[in-house]
Amino acid sequence: MSTSAAIVLVLGASVITAVIKAAGPVALGGRDLPERFNGYIALLAPALFTALIVTQVLADGDELGVGADTAGLAVAGVALWRGASMVAGVLIAAVTTALLRLVF
Amino acid sequence: MRPTFRDGLRAGLPVALAGSVLAMSFGVLAGDVGMPGWTAILMSVIVFAGSAQIAALGIIGAGGTLGAALGAAALMNSRFLPMGVAFAPSLPGGPLKRAAQGQTVVDVSLVIAEDGKGGFDRNLLFGSTAAQYVGWVTGTIVGVLAGPVLGDPKALGLDAIFPAFFLALLIGELKTARARGVALAGGLIALVLIPVAPAGVPVLAASAAAFYGLIRP
Repeated sequence: MSTSAAIVLVLGASVITAVIKAAGPVALGGRDLPERFNGYIALLAPALFTALIVTQVLADGDELGVGADTAGLAVAGVALWRGASMVAGVLIAAVTTALLRLVF
Repeated sequence: MRPTFRDGLRAGLPVALAGSVLAMSFGVLAGDVGMPGWTAILMSVIVFAGSAQIAALGIIGAGGTLGAALGAAALMNSRFLPMGVAFAPSLPGGPLKRAAQGQTVVDVSLVIAEDGKGGFDRNLLFGSTAAQYVGWVTGTIVGVLAGPVLGDPKALGLDAIFPAFFLALLIGELKTARARGVALAGGLIALVLIPVAPAGVPVLAASAAAFYGLIRP
């Protein structure tokens, strides 16, 4: 891509990101959310993280599919569930994925 | 005792390391789609939104237009709308100050900066994001400079690092039956929408599962 196109992309993306991230804090002002929203806020992480994981390891563009990374994450998931540390889980995911790609 | 900025830095360190690896992949990808190296680094410096940057380059790599790439970036970032609402009460000051503070919200802030009282601690937010920002920019520079030597980051399984990281954080959040149910619902919503909706929309739609929290237990 040309340098000028790259610059348009970079500046455009920075404005878009800044506006989206500023929207909530500016629109709400300093107001507190009603207390019942605490439940919503607490559940945002489980909902968003699961969706991010699903889109990262089960999708290639708009196609669903499993790959070496899916298997790597599954193995890491078992290790994490059984109490492995975060660093160990991440390493297990990467090594398993790399080995599977090497073999197949 | 209230956490300090330094506590935030420390909390953000593991994410910063994982993020720097993802940033390396971004730097390599930028070279692959023919983006001048300095513009890729500039993008990480002023955009600092991993999934949006990677999605935009994916569109360019597939022969898409600039408009389509920017649209993809916007959709990828759309999840920061509900997150911004969640963080809003914890960010004081006038509109400009709040807008600036809102820029520091990244995915893992939801977990790292949580104060256990339905709000978020700003020192933890700013500190952890600062650590991730340094990791993101540094990783991009390494990826851009070393791209030809690094080869394909996928061969090293590096693309599995970030999902594994999210999974580790997610498991810590699944202590209640409600959280497990909402996580499952969020995952299913994303799964159903992936084949039919543009990238970014499945994640935004999945965030709606959190509205279950409005119902009292």
